[in-house]
Amino acid sequence: MYKLPLIIKREYLAKVRNKSFVIMTFLSPILMVAMVVLIAYLTQLNDNEKRVIAVLNESDYFSNAFLTTESTSYIDFKGIDLEKAKDSTSNLGYYGLLYIPDAAHLEQVADGTFFYSKDAPSTMVLGALESIFEERLRQQRLVRLGVSSEDFAAIDNGYEIKISTFAGEQNLKGINEIKAFIGGAFGYLIMMFIIIYGGFVMRSVIEEKTSRIIEVIISSVKPFQLMMGKIIGTALAGITQFAIWVISGAILFVVAFAIFDIDPGIMSGGPELPSGMGAEMAPNLANDTELAEGYLKELFRLPLALLLISFVVYFVLGYLIYSSIYAAIGAAVDNETDTQQFIFPIIMPLMLAIYVGFFSVFNNPHGPIAVGFSLFPLTSPIVMLMRLPGGVGEGGVPLWQFIASIVLLLITFVGIVWLAAKIYRVGILMYGKKPTYKELFKWLRY
Amino acid sequence: MNNILVTKGVTKRFGKHTALHNVSLEIPKNSIYGLLGPNGAGKTTLIRIINQITYPDQGEVFFDGEPLNPRHIAMIGYLPEERGLYKKMKVGEQALYLAQLKGLSKAEAKRRLKYWFDRLEIGDWWNKKIQELSKGMAQKIQFIVTVLHEPKLLIFDEPFSGFDPINANVIKDEILHLREKGASIIFSTHRMESVEELCEYITLLHQSEKILDGRLSDIKKAYKNNIFNVGLETPNGETLLKELSEKFEIMASAYDTNQQQLNFTLQLPSNESSELLTYLSARANVNSFIETVPSANEIFIRTVQSKNGHV
Repeated sequence: MYKLPLIIKREYLAKVRNKSFVIMTFLSPILMVAMVVLIAYLTQLNDNEKRVIAVLNESDYFSNAFLTTESTSYIDFKGIDLEKAKDSTSNLGYYGLLYIPDAAHLEQVADGTFFYSKDAPSTMVLGALESIFEERLRQQRLVRLGVSSEDFAAIDNGYEIKISTFAGEQNLKGINEIKAFIGGAFGYLIMMFIIIYGGFVMRSVIEEKTSRIIEVIISSVKPFQLMMGKIIGTALAGITQFAIWVISGAILFVVAFAIFDIDPGIMSGGPELPSGMGAEMAPNLANDTELAEGYLKELFRLPLALLLISFVVYFVLGYLIYSSIYAAIGAAVDNETDTQQFIFPIIMPLMLAIYVGFFSVFNNPHGPIAVGFSLFPLTSPIVMLMRLPGGVGEGGVPLWQFIASIVLLLITFVGIVWLAAKIYRVGILMYGKKPTYKELFKWLRY
Repeated sequence: MNNILVTKGVTKRFGKHTALHNVSLEIPKNSIYGLLGPNGAGKTTLIRIINQITYPDQGEVFFDGEPLNPRHIAMIGYLPEERGLYKKMKVGEQALYLAQLKGLSKAEAKRRLKYWFDRLEIGDWWNKKIQELSKGMAQKIQFIVTVLHEPKLLIFDEPFSGFDPINANVIKDEILHLREKGASIIFSTHRMESVEELCEYITLLHQSEKILDGRLSDIKKAYKNNIFNVGLETPNGETLLKELSEKFEIMASAYDTNQQQLNFTLQLPSNESSELLTYLSARANVNSFIETVPSANEIFIRTVQSKNGHV
């Protein structure tokens, strides 16, 4: 078996010396960081632009109603008439003029109020103004009904149900989603890795076939050794690339944010959290330190060792299964255009796993669909990882499911690699035939 | 054991197609053995079985007296007909890699590569990439890689294809040199003139079966048809020719009246030629009397066609 390390070394070097691979490795983090920085920078720029609204207030009902916010500031005009106010607003380049006439009743005031602007005003601005009016109107009506403003404030208080485990520990809202999200990130990583580096394995096999070196090689080594060497070598190159991405990406982010003076918080709760969750979670975390501590505590309580070990196990087995299928496909065809019909069936379970994961596991990590897909070997590396942050055993994934999933994966691994090696062995020496599934099935018996 | 390789009743099927049927061969040590046959006869399958790329469904293969096993891989060098190298790898690195796969240590491989690169005068190619080389140049590298680990058995499948006549000669000399140093060589080709020139033994495969094998000189003897080319000097050639044609089958003839030179080819009923020679020398001055020996090319075509049923 001294030949296997030789093959792995060659495949690794061939990959990492490849020009496009090198360019991708070093350019991707730069592009990625540049894009994020650009978005963050533009967001900040956008926020810095303030709208100035002139207010010509002739009524007493709205004194002190217009408070300057981050995006809008109000300037009071006093003692001038409407036409003059309009002129000066437009001359000063303000966004618009809010005119509130004087009248006996609030309703009349509201009816007579106008907003003047050069172009049609944005709905956000209007909405903000309207809600101020609505608020005042509601208050006024309630006062007329005999409700004091203190009572009114009390009415508006929201309500949150308190949650707890049977053991009496405080449960945190949304913690399941956060946990599943962490697992989901692992699962997503596995999927991306399989698709990128499985494709590399396939192309490398096709290259050996078209350059016709294959027969020379397999007169020295077993096709199985060559296949495994290729798969492992490519994976090592992939891990190298990922490591460079993560490290250089992290450094670049820190440097870039420092240079452009961007508050990293501007992006938080934004793109990386799945929809619906981010908006709810972010303010909670920011506002309530006690709660934030609770979440942090909960995150530290994640079964990190279990997660990491399972990640490695599922990653290795999942990658080996899929990349040996990729290798078999590469061996079966003569050129890359013929691979399409075979690739779709491999990518499908991967996509399915991700979608099932995000839609089903997030809602209910232990529902029948989540359980089914976390047992099925072609999807389990992704779906099981999404379930695992809840731990194994009580309250988490039942132990039997965890074990069954790994055993099934192992059996599938042996079976698939065996089948793929058979197709590979025959395929690498076949030229000029456009293979069909029927043909591949026949090769299994050669 | 005098045979480097023996196959006994080797049969290989691919689905319904039988690629080899009951093929038994004995390849003597230190010989050049021609493996011949039309396209699709099963040569490549047989070679792949010897290289343990595929395995026979039935039958046995013995290498140097032992049943064929993975240890023998390092003792065989194989130059496939469909050959190639990693295009983007450097020549030296690639040669080292392939040599190491055959079991040589890195240092040993380097030493031998240097010897061969100097011998074939390609030392300055070490750091070139294969894609920068011409086809013939790449073939030279491939040849070196095949012989580098000094295998006991060398298998060359169309070794001269892609070479210009000068380099083909260089390679031919190297092959002969390797045999002198003790290697046994299986030589598969369609170029019959190189078979004639190099091979001591041949086997002819046709439609998955062995239809002919043995020492080339023996086969040629067996294929002789008692045909003789005769050249005479005689003033009355036309009468002589007439007399002869009554007794024998004259296949071709030409009489030059000025030179009084008669040339003809005839076939005798048996290999007994002395009677004819006595008869002729009594009547004319015999310049030449040569029995024609069939070429490997003729033997190949005749045997294959007779198997196909149209003689």
